[in-house]
Amino acid sequence: MLLRHTPAEPAVERQALTINPAKTCQPIGAMYAALGLHGCMPHSHGSQGCCSYHRSALTRHYKEPVIAGTSSFTEGSSVFGGQANLLEAITNLFSIYDAEVVAVHTTCLSETIGDDITQIVAKAQDEGRIPKGKYVIKASTPSYVGSHVTGYSNMVKGMIEVFAKSTGKKLDQVNIIPGFVEPSDMAEVKRMANELGVKTVLFPDTSSVLNSPQSGKYSMYPKGGATVAEVTSAGDSILTLALGPLGAGPGARLLDTQCKVPCQVLELPLGLRHTDIFIDALRKAAGVVVPESMMDERGQVLDFITDMQQYFHGKSAALAGDPDQLVPLAQFLSDIGMQVKYAVTGTPGKKFEAKMQAICGPAAKIKEGGQGDLYQLHQWIKQGKVDMIFGGTYCKYIGRDEDIPVIRFGFPIYDRVGHQYFPILGYRGALRLLEKVLTVIQDRQDRDAPEEKFELVM
Amino acid sequence: MGGTADILQGRKGSVAVAGDKPLALDCAKPSLAGSVSQRACVFCGSRVVLYPVADALHLVHGPIGCAAYTWDIRGALSSGPQLHRLSFSTDLREKDVVYGGEKKLALALDRLIPQHRPKAAFVYSTCLVGLIGDDLQRVCRQASERHGIPVVPVESEGFRGTKKDGYKAACEALFSLIGTAEPESPRPGTPRINILGEFNIAGEAWILKSYYQRMGVEVGAIFTGDGRIDAIRGAQGAQLNVVQCSGSMTHLAKRMQERWGIPYIRVSYFGIEDCAEALYEVARRFEAAPGILERAQAVVAQELAAVLPALEPFRKDLQGRKAALYVGGAFKAFSLIKALRLLGMRTVLAGTQTGGPEDYERLRSICDPGTILVDDSNPKELSGFLRQTGAELFIGGVKERPLAHKLGIGFCDHNHERKEALAGFEGMVNFAREVHASVMSPVWALRKSEL
Repeated sequence: MLLRHTPAEPAVERQALTINPAKTCQPIGAMYAALGLHGCMPHSHGSQGCCSYHRSALTRHYKEPVIAGTSSFTEGSSVFGGQANLLEAITNLFSIYDAEVVAVHTTCLSETIGDDITQIVAKAQDEGRIPKGKYVIKASTPSYVGSHVTGYSNMVKGMIEVFAKSTGKKLDQVNIIPGFVEPSDMAEVKRMANELGVKTVLFPDTSSVLNSPQSGKYSMYPKGGATVAEVTSAGDSILTLALGPLGAGPGARLLDTQCKVPCQVLELPLGLRHTDIFIDALRKAAGVVVPESMMDERGQVLDFITDMQQYFHGKSAALAGDPDQLVPLAQFLSDIGMQVKYAVTGTPGKKFEAKMQAICGPAAKIKEGGQGDLYQLHQWIKQGKVDMIFGGTYCKYIGRDEDIPVIRFGFPIYDRVGHQYFPILGYRGALRLLEKVLTVIQDRQDRDAPEEKFELVM
Repeated sequence: MGGTADILQGRKGSVAVAGDKPLALDCAKPSLAGSVSQRACVFCGSRVVLYPVADALHLVHGPIGCAAYTWDIRGALSSGPQLHRLSFSTDLREKDVVYGGEKKLALALDRLIPQHRPKAAFVYSTCLVGLIGDDLQRVCRQASERHGIPVVPVESEGFRGTKKDGYKAACEALFSLIGTAEPESPRPGTPRINILGEFNIAGEAWILKSYYQRMGVEVGAIFTGDGRIDAIRGAQGAQLNVVQCSGSMTHLAKRMQERWGIPYIRVSYFGIEDCAEALYEVARRFEAAPGILERAQAVVAQELAAVLPALEPFRKDLQGRKAALYVGGAFKAFSLIKALRLLGMRTVLAGTQTGGPEDYERLRSICDPGTILVDDSNPKELSGFLRQTGAELFIGGVKERPLAHKLGIGFCDHNHERKEALAGFEGMVNFAREVHASVMSPVWALRKSEL
């Protein structure tokens, strides 16, 4: 269907236009990050639509109830400012919804009219609207800057700003800030650290929040999420590992300036190489020995690749998604003998193109920003086919038109489940990715093989 | 209001229990700040109404989010062009906020119109555009002159009211197109209607169209399911506007009555009673057409002969079970209550996002005493009501589904994400099947474990 609307010829200059975006706006990232704090009610300071859209999008992706308050801007608030709305909202969110933390993020509306959230929160504090032992954190997330990844990272900074304290007495623990990844991935990172015997504080942590069990009860605040006490103690940790330069880097650096906790900014531990780097960083920081069980997990990944390398070799892929995910994914695919031909991300930032070009080679086509969209990706694919596409659900239009399998990867995924429960990070996540890639390749081979070459043993 | 449900201070007036006395329910008001409202914005209202017009270009003038969240999320089917399923945005950035976005918008139109050759373009305004003060009217008028197609500004800044105001803005946009082309010449003896407020979710408009065709009634334009610009431009050629989903399109019907003298009726196609009544009402309006009433009766009789036996097995299992619903507009709620009743189910909770005072009064009158009525609710209230009433089925939209499932009760999407047609007679069977499948799912037997 998109087919008939996407011409193959190279795009003419279209700086004024995004078609079929490979990104969305900041506030949804802020909302997602806030849900990774236990007892936290995200709050959207803007008109109702934003909040409703973000909740619907997260609900479609996770198949979970997603809560968030809204300042319900009216025409009046847009003229006179949203202070009264936010003050009333803060009162309501604490008194009725019994939040421990209210995480306010802005929207293009409140940013443009110039609402000063810091001042409004201070006023709420003065007026006694914030009960003792409860907190309001905030992030500035105008939708016309950055992308959903930026919004996530800004809310992580908001958590640190309010909670992280340095008491001067170091704790024997390592902070881990994950980028914008799935609850299953956050859980997997914790599991790995645990396996290594390293005490960690991981935040935000949406595991057991956005993949919570059915209990017959509706709980506004599921049992998961990093606690306020944990994030507070992050100021005394010996080190912060930021997993993903865009989603996690800025928070880690803030912890460094604010609490003098040194940090290392790593790529997401996705694929063999970057998981090695993560495990090594954790090992060094905590002075532990990598246990045999972890080496076995690594060995399994290696074994899988070795056994099946003839299938991976020379296969090509097109990628769409967030920079933090795509860089290590491209690395992993190259490591198993595949070739990334095209990659787009809507998230602006020049570093992406340089990094990807270094991994994928000069022939690969890479684009970031507003025109790093799925329309561009589709045009490239029309000029030269690939064997598979990695990306969110919206890639399925291209997949259908061009008869190319799509491996659901990143955000949003509206048409498949699994991402909530099964990680793609770490060695186990690498196994899952390998299985997905291999299945796609072998399914095609089975489908397309002439009868006489249809193989039983593969 | 007693019971276990928690209700926000200031929201008590928006909840009531149906009884003998008339209600004075607080409704049609902006949501309380800080409530976890299930409502959306003006832009959302405009976008859902216009989106199904398949041969138009839909350009969202604003930051990327507004376009991203409304990209093909509504299963409004087209029998031909699929241009409406793409997402076009001017992706406004910080510098556009400072310098204005008019130039960018004009450039975007200049790039898109020659390439896609749409029959018209809708340009949606968003919160940001309303604030930075872009002159949408002028940019659209000039683009229209350059490209020779209608380029219609949709005044849908998110903060200028509720979703309902967005419907109105969409109606105005459509109204500006009507009468700009000659209607198809009438076929003698064949009355022509327009269908308003039907979005062809899961192909529902096609079902209705087939009923009307069998009755000998021609369907001119459908607003907006499987919609086409040419039909809309010549929609003044119809003799009657048949409005469903009254919240979204009554405004357009009124405008067309004023301007073109076309009368309108409000109908619902959900449930067999309402659907039959809709067809009869249309037939009565064209009594002069010979045999039309008989043909309408024949359609209804044929359909019922197929549908009623098909409903029987479902009804047997569903008899006496309790249902809750929380939907966008009140008209849908009326029909659903009747449809549920036909299945032997009792409605114990009925709520809407956008109902007005008369709507709630009517809801009260058709609900059993004791039914909880609620306006502009939130997950906490809803889950409280669901537990309190012991409902076994919840009917709602995307945000309500996981709520029901977490509580361990059945769910039916009666909103954008419905996958089966629920309108018309065959829609009633689909509805019954879906409700039955969810309420009777074996999964509920697994809820209580011995562990």
